[in-house]
Amino acid sequence: MSAESARETPGSPRASAGAGSSRWYDAEAGPVVRPYAMTRGRTSSASRHRLDLIAIVVPEPAADDRGRDQTLSPEHVEIVELCSDMPQSIAELASGLDLPVGVVRVLVGDLVEEELVHVTRPVPPAELPDVNILREVINGLRAL
Amino acid sequence: MAFGRSSRRKRPVEPVTLKILVAGGFGVGKTTLVGAVSEIRPLRTEERLSEAGRPVDDLVGVEGKSTTTVAMDFGRITLREDLVLYLFGTPGQDRFWFLWDELAQGSLGAVVLADTRRLEDCFAAVDYFERRGIPFTVAVNLFEGAERFPIETVRAALDLDPEVPVLLCDARDRSSVRDVLVAVVEDAMARADVPREPART
Repeated sequence: MSAESARETPGSPRASAGAGSSRWYDAEAGPVVRPYAMTRGRTSSASRHRLDLIAIVVPEPAADDRGRDQTLSPEHVEIVELCSDMPQSIAELASGLDLPVGVVRVLVGDLVEEELVHVTRPVPPAELPDVNILREVINGLRAL
Repeated sequence: MAFGRSSRRKRPVEPVTLKILVAGGFGVGKTTLVGAVSEIRPLRTEERLSEAGRPVDDLVGVEGKSTTTVAMDFGRITLREDLVLYLFGTPGQDRFWFLWDELAQGSLGAVVLADTRRLEDCFAAVDYFERRGIPFTVAVNLFEGAERFPIETVRAALDLDPEVPVLLCDARDRSSVRDVLVAVVEDAMARADVPREPART
């Protein structure tokens, strides 16, 4: 961290931009609950692999049991709800829930642990998908 | 508490997902390009700097919200029920480059959007993809009032390898952007036989 930013902790009321003429109010000031409070301070989940931004979260049959909702946080439930309507990527969930991607990763990791959802593995890095898939992508794009 | 999970009985389709990056200088039209083809409004996903790696960052003189969050545009094109293409606009500012590595992982390729009036703005992106062996296509966004240059002039100015596709586009126009994306995938197909070099850092 540079000396400049160390002097004023980002997020503090004094950390107004530039010449200090403006202050942050309401939404500008950020969420009332700090994002990682929802993960109880955890920045990574128990599951082994880091979830890719385009990994798709798919509900398991166990997620149909609404009794399970009571053991989950509202954010967990919301993720299950969103994915039940249509499986969604990590990026879409972060955007839809207005949460940082890092937080969504932890929450989805919890749901994977609980076996309420599973996550699709996208094409591994440094590997290109099958030529047939690429051809279908081109055909699909041309049909747009 | 439970809001009817309507489609419970039907097992959901698990689509194959692919991604293409959209890079380029600040204000070159990345958001417009993504918006032109995406079926959803460009969603913005944010990563807070404090948790995203705390880059050495001088906050003084940077206005408003951008000091705390970095937005990245993304769009979705459902090609078929089981085949979905995602577009990610990489953050324009250099100081958010730590996000690029993750975005670049596993991508089909990248579009480098260029503005001939400020060609130097995309040098950094070209450099980044060249160094990591990530295939990219240069799309010159034709801004109104900007002088038109032949493609070969742009290619020479950017010092591109001969195999890098360069084309002109209008980031606002759906069919024009579609052609750019087709070029990216065709380029990926041409390389599919040749194994890609592992990414170096």
